[in-house]
Amino acid sequence: MAEILQLSGAVAGLVHDGDSVALEGFTHLIPFAAGHEVLRQGRVDLELIRMTPDILYDQIIGMGAARKLVFSYGGNPGVGSLHRFRDAVEHAWPRPIELEEHSHAGMANRYAAGASHLPCAVMRGYTGTDLMHHTRVRPITCPFTGEELVAVPALRPDVSIVHAQEADRRGNVQLWGIPGVQKEAVLAAARSLVTVERIVDKLEPRPGATIIPGWVIDAVAEAPGGSRPSYSLGVTERDNDFYRVWDRVSRDRDEFTAWMHEHVMVGS
Amino acid sequence: MSEVQTVVAARRLREARSVFIGVGRPSTAAILARMVHNPDLVLVYESGTIGAKPHRVPLSIGDGELAETADLVVSVPEMFNYWIGTGRIQVAFLGAAQIDRHGNLNSTVIGEYAHPRTRLPGAGGAPEIATGCPEVVVIAPHSRRTFVEKLDFLTTTGEHTTHVITDLGVLEPREAELTLTQVHEGVSVDQVREATGWELRAIDELSVTEPPTAEELSALRELVSR
Repeated sequence: MAEILQLSGAVAGLVHDGDSVALEGFTHLIPFAAGHEVLRQGRVDLELIRMTPDILYDQIIGMGAARKLVFSYGGNPGVGSLHRFRDAVEHAWPRPIELEEHSHAGMANRYAAGASHLPCAVMRGYTGTDLMHHTRVRPITCPFTGEELVAVPALRPDVSIVHAQEADRRGNVQLWGIPGVQKEAVLAAARSLVTVERIVDKLEPRPGATIIPGWVIDAVAEAPGGSRPSYSLGVTERDNDFYRVWDRVSRDRDEFTAWMHEHVMVGS
Repeated sequence: MSEVQTVVAARRLREARSVFIGVGRPSTAAILARMVHNPDLVLVYESGTIGAKPHRVPLSIGDGELAETADLVVSVPEMFNYWIGTGRIQVAFLGAAQIDRHGNLNSTVIGEYAHPRTRLPGAGGAPEIATGCPEVVVIAPHSRRTFVEKLDFLTTTGEHTTHVITDLGVLEPREAELTLTQVHEGVSVDQVREATGWELRAIDELSVTEPPTAEELSALRELVSR
């Protein structure tokens, strides 16, 4: 059963140095508040897992907290590059970062295999691409039809952190809008934290919503506005201007570092 | 992306049932197609929104308006396994940093993989979109930087590529090699060859793009101003 905790206590209890950590959210519901708390608590040597690294991982990588990144698309959607991610890969600043990259389909199937507690997922893909030679994927033959397919290894993060619109006092979570791979990420992980816009007495069922029951979650923490500058459909709006501004802020190492200390690291 | 390029891309969707829209500019062309040519066109974004009806061009593929207007919204595993991988989405609109004569795409690195000069975003959904969707339309700026003799990294294979739409014209595969089949008004074959990193072949009966109509242009300008 999920414990309802303060964000700082939840992160302190669940995220340790060296952990593999998945903070998921596909454009929508990105858990910025929790990611910032991980940074403020000074966690280091993290293996970051996420389909679309986005600004949050640009910040964590730029602050030197990650030793490895497992991902499928490292861009600022609709804007361009993630400059801190690029600087880490191209110039090892502020530290070298190991990459393990996949396609979206590969990452999605890896999470689904992890949620199923299977060792791998079987899919069509990768064949004929150079990715095949630079990542963890193996050819496999279907034992029934003989079709040549590929297998990708399951993702089993030490910790998964996702954000949702609401939870009740027993830690049952409801999220709606673009669901991404959040349910899979929670079910694949050894430990999990869900931050929510609000904690309510009773969840009002919404058509098409994803429910994650409290008994598969370790901790739920209230974090109003916790997905900004991403968004929580029906509660906050995506701050598209910030995604454009980030392109400028993140280009320069000093400007980036000063910005992070002023806006994120305060109080640490 | 030039106006004529967007208009030509939108025309490709006149008869299409459904289109998968990659990150960035292809979105404008697909929304324009729904406005002008094909109101029943099903727009599919990688974020899981199927049948989205955006009023404005979204900045990201996961903007709120896409989810709010979609016929259905699905998880990422469902999107790739049930919808894209099965060939249920007819046309894919993709972009890329590099393309070769076989329509293969690079969106991973410029330079060596282990020590890239430029680290690009990576594969995203492109590899399985390009093999899952029966028809792949690539939309790219026409320059030697993009149209290269040899890719630095093969991210996405080109076997389903049916058209490459650029700001100079249109390339289509002929005998397994991208060949110039159409130029926009006022563009010469030499000009296109000059902007291509391989010895570009052109068909004999080259067509010239029908200029954008008043209706297409006013709809496009209205759309981008929203």
